Amino acid sequence: MKAGVAAGFFNFMSEPSPPATDDLVELRDLTFAYPGTEGTRTILQSVSLRIPRGKVTALMGASGGGKTTVLRLIGGQQLASAGQVLFDGQDVASLDAAGLYAMRRRMGMLFQFGALFTDLSVFDNVAFPLREHTPLTPALIRDIVLMKLDAVGLRGARDLMPSQISGGMARRVALARAIALDPELIMYDEPFAGLDPISLGTAAQLIRQLNDTLGITSIVVSHDLEETFRIADQVIILANGGIAAQGTPEEVRHSSDPLVHQFVNALSHGPVQFHYPGPSVADDFGPGSATTARKGRR
Amino acid sequence: MNTSKPWALLAQLGFGIRRKLADVGHACRLFAHLLTLSPVTLKRFGLVRDQIFFLGNYSLAIIAVSGLFVGFVLGLQGYYTLQRYGSAEALGLLVALSLVRELGPVVTALLFAGRAGTALTAEIGLMKAGEQLSAMEMMAVDPVRRILAPRLWGGIIAMPLLAAVFSAVGILGGWLVGVVMIGVDEGSFWSQMQGGVDVWRDVGNGILKSVVFGVTVTFVALYQGFEAQATPEGVSRATTRTVVQASLAVLGLDFVLTALMFSL
Repeated sequence: MKAGVAAGFFNFMSEPSPPATDDLVELRDLTFAYPGTEGTRTILQSVSLRIPRGKVTALMGASGGGKTTVLRLIGGQQLASAGQVLFDGQDVASLDAAGLYAMRRRMGMLFQFGALFTDLSVFDNVAFPLREHTPLTPALIRDIVLMKLDAVGLRGARDLMPSQISGGMARRVALARAIALDPELIMYDEPFAGLDPISLGTAAQLIRQLNDTLGITSIVVSHDLEETFRIADQVIILANGGIAAQGTPEEVRHSSDPLVHQFVNALSHGPVQFHYPGPSVADDFGPGSATTARKGRR
Repeated sequence: MNTSKPWALLAQLGFGIRRKLADVGHACRLFAHLLTLSPVTLKRFGLVRDQIFFLGNYSLAIIAVSGLFVGFVLGLQGYYTLQRYGSAEALGLLVALSLVRELGPVVTALLFAGRAGTALTAEIGLMKAGEQLSAMEMMAVDPVRRILAPRLWGGIIAMPLLAAVFSAVGILGGWLVGVVMIGVDEGSFWSQMQGGVDVWRDVGNGILKSVVFGVTVTFVALYQGFEAQATPEGVSRATTRTVVQASLAVLGLDFVLTALMFSL
């Protein structure tokens, strides 16, 4: 009781202004464009979305649709061209380096291929954030690392090097590393890419399990319809720089939007074209095209 | 593109120069950042110690072997020139001064750029390609502080040590050829060297040079790795640039430093 009051008091002290919202992450009217050699390429155009606390939110869409960009924007690794990214009510773009690092300590991110440090063993990889950020004794760090590794089923692989483990195992180690500091948010960038069916099922189950047992908020970027729909509470489909569909997996599956229909049913023809935009068939192969013109000149 | 317009070439030139200047500014900012991190880095000396071990140990064999052969050649060439003037007994002095003042720091830096510099560039470039640096940033750890700074200090400390090994082995090589093979008087070989080499003017200058080269070569290697395109081609290009830029910088700086030291 007393401890509860004290905790409440300190919460109040540390977060005076923004009231705790139901959404841990919010994107407000966000636009993101890359400056390229042939003008800017807009990835996201006025996107607004909310990531509710304690839920698994899946971000889906075609490759190059800006899903990974959303994760990088939330982590503050890239800054939006316009609009806001709010993490727990704080505008990510307004933070200085120290503020950004403080915010990142509350997040974990699982990169596509794990991004384990190749010169460190499995144990040292998981211990890395603990050693960098906490003054814990080696004995305590050992216990925490083994607990985290146990949570992903790899306690026995502690002494292996990243080059000695499979892709699926590497991702589980990376997951143990991502949860080492008990984050509030975990972002998964393509956690299922290139995994065999068993590893894939294990990974999906782990994401759901960690979300529920640790009370974390999860964002999963993925192409894998089956597994993602099975574990997600909310699905957001990004396409053409905007949100094409949003809702529970069931709602999205039965969406009448042609683009979502094409995506969910994996059809090769639909609003997303098979052919890359270019000159018409007649221009390239018809009479007067480059081929015939060259022939004529000879 | 609109290359037909007469000013297009001029615009391209301006664009190129502007981009190069921006690169230079970027490199300077990174270097300043690394310098401000020095106290933090040296406080966590374990990381620096590991890098001295990696950079120094891996280059030790090539440095020692090269030093031996350079010493052999110095013994032969020095004897050939000196005996014309009947002063072959000054061979020890010639070999020692050439190595300590000039060849030790310079050749060591060139070999270091080829052996350790490329390894650094490739290592950091591949860490970048494997998203390890991004992962570190997302763990709220600054890669410049955790990865680059210890390597820079490792290089700065390893280079003078390697140059010392190079010079020592080179002098032994000169002795082997001059005294053992050709038969220069051993007593005058060593005593001329002892009397003629000044600790501050000669050895000190050599050490100063190798420290400057250590900063230059290691920083070029780190910068190229850090700024490499995160693709296999990007890393290979960056590795090549490391050797070219570091070697040219070492030779250019060597002239400037030598000129400064003679004028002081």
